[in-house]
Amino acid sequence: MHRNLVRTLICLGAAALLTALATACGSSDDETDATTMSGKLRSETSPQVELAVADYRTYLEENTALLVANTKPFVAAVVAGDVGAAKARYAAARIPYERIEPVAESFGSLDPRIDARENDVPANQFQGFHRIEKALWEEGSTKGMAPVAKQLQADVEELAAKVKTVDLQAVQIANGANELLGEVSASKITGEEERYSHIDLVDFEANVEGSLAAFEAVKGLLDESDPGLSGEIEADFKMVSNSLEPYRTPDGFVSYTELTKADTKKLAVAIDTLAEKLSQVPAAIVSSEHQ
Amino acid sequence: MPPIAEITRRRLLASAGVGAAALGVGGGGLLAGRQLADASDAGTGSVPFYGEHQGGIATAAQDRLHFASFDLLSEDPAELRELMRAWTVAAAEATAGEMVGNVNEVPLAPPDDTGETVGLLPSRLTVTFGFGPTLFAKPGLGLGEKRPAALRQLPPLPGDELDPNQVGGDICVQACSDDPQVAFHAIRNLARIGRGTVAMRWSQLGFGRTASTSRSQETPRNLMGMKDGTANIRAEDGEAMERFVWVGDESPRWLRGGSYLVTRRIRMLLEVWDRAALQDQERTIGRHKYSGAPLGGSDEFESLPLGAERNGHPVIPVDAHVRLASARENDGARILRRGYSFTDGVDESLGELEAGLFFISFQRDPEQFVAIQRRLGSFDALDEYIKHVGSALFALPPGAEPGGYVGEALLA
Repeated sequence: MHRNLVRTLICLGAAALLTALATACGSSDDETDATTMSGKLRSETSPQVELAVADYRTYLEENTALLVANTKPFVAAVVAGDVGAAKARYAAARIPYERIEPVAESFGSLDPRIDARENDVPANQFQGFHRIEKALWEEGSTKGMAPVAKQLQADVEELAAKVKTVDLQAVQIANGANELLGEVSASKITGEEERYSHIDLVDFEANVEGSLAAFEAVKGLLDESDPGLSGEIEADFKMVSNSLEPYRTPDGFVSYTELTKADTKKLAVAIDTLAEKLSQVPAAIVSSEHQ
Repeated sequence: MPPIAEITRRRLLASAGVGAAALGVGGGGLLAGRQLADASDAGTGSVPFYGEHQGGIATAAQDRLHFASFDLLSEDPAELRELMRAWTVAAAEATAGEMVGNVNEVPLAPPDDTGETVGLLPSRLTVTFGFGPTLFAKPGLGLGEKRPAALRQLPPLPGDELDPNQVGGDICVQACSDDPQVAFHAIRNLARIGRGTVAMRWSQLGFGRTASTSRSQETPRNLMGMKDGTANIRAEDGEAMERFVWVGDESPRWLRGGSYLVTRRIRMLLEVWDRAALQDQERTIGRHKYSGAPLGGSDEFESLPLGAERNGHPVIPVDAHVRLASARENDGARILRRGYSFTDGVDESLGELEAGLFFISFQRDPEQFVAIQRRLGSFDALDEYIKHVGSALFALPPGAEPGGYVGEALLA
């Protein structure tokens, strides 16, 4: 799994993180309703919940750091006018973003700036990864893209900074796992995400990896209240991973354009099966948090 | 979990004073079972789910259909049993006007019931389950020996223009109701419950019943503007139901009291039909268009004057649809028709309506249908105006009792 690979690439002290987290969690608030995505701090956090949050924050920071690191050479190629190099480096920059996308979405305009597709925003606000993607694959050129690329670099760096201090709750993390699968259903299975490069399966796998990471962060809590569900979800993640295997190539995945309706149906059924069970996790871990 | 106060359908039923709808049976009905209790057209009542026979066969035809064919994804017999158990419970809840499941008010949990029928009456919802021949061919399930000999893929039939995506299926669910949202909701919730065990193969929405299955119902018109179902078997005709519809001792025990279901998606070439002269339309079918009376007759329900002639020619042409489909021309074979009109938008390649009849029939032996369709597909004047584009066959188990599930005798 890429997650372990990432750990060895980025040196981040888990202890340092926990300390930072403990300080951030210091303020108390008698709020017991932990249902919103707004990231309100809980007053009662068991060590297990703290561990879940810390685990996931580590994953977030590893991937935003990777995002910054992988966007740099991509941007450099775009600025230098090297279409071939830019195309070759595009996927590596997309992967860490697609793993943690729901968190980016919680920061208002950052996600549209980084990841909007052409008809998501008014024409004069179309920028970020997909604007450059369009230039590279549809226009075959980097003309006019230097400022767009530099803005993208600034935006991913802003994301990396914001993630360090974002408030996280266990339920929110579990919701994020669901959202990532929703992303797959809404735009990766349909080929709408990567309209020009057609690397949707690369994004698909990244979304699923991110979902698995979020699930693993809260799995300890789920095991307390519903170990059966936990086991089923683990099996379903494996099943989804297996369903992607036939499409893997030495340097990524087949182009989305090669998939038949039968292919996308198999993938969609696998995702729907996993997602239906995963959607039960937030309610299940809240009941365990109240023990 | 208590039901949501004030808006459960059960409460609505109570306050409207609707219990089991009045029996609307004419004289001579010999039928056992509780399904007849809803024979009226009034359509607000609840059809009991459990009983000797599954509902939706002898039940007076409701106005709306949602039909789904599913592929089974796993060959684990325990998973299939669990599916039928869960589906039986959900179907019983929906037909009784209750929400499906019991987690519907937990803020952090997705509700068990999808919610679009809260506040709606069940409107005579029936949910009917069937097993296709391909189910029995799955080695892991070990059902091969229990397959009735008659349950085989329908053979190629003359006039077939089948789209493979509209053919077959391992398991089917037929949801009928007078309220389209109720019929839709049933299939949608069952598909959700089945997530991971089954995947939808094809489905069909139907509007407007094209059969009467009870004497209390007026014969509806299909999209050709013709009365459809005049000579249909009626549920009150217990003898005909036993003879032609309900499976008997010739079949494995698990199927007795059930039936076979044939579906045929029949596209009507309406643009061509609409240009045909009234006389041609009537001669094609063999009935007067507006009265429904047979050519040469004056009353819709008089028997077909198949032997009558005028000027040396049969009054009902030799290739007229009603002649070729009649029991007399088919060695007495009859089938219980219970189809629905459909439209699925536009055929983009032609700029024409994609519409027609989603034909459904119930028969004790699929051969009844095959024999009739062989004749129709070869000689029927109607063939100029229709195309069979979808087809499926399913074996429908008998009814279940509370605590049991549909198909238990097969799967247990």
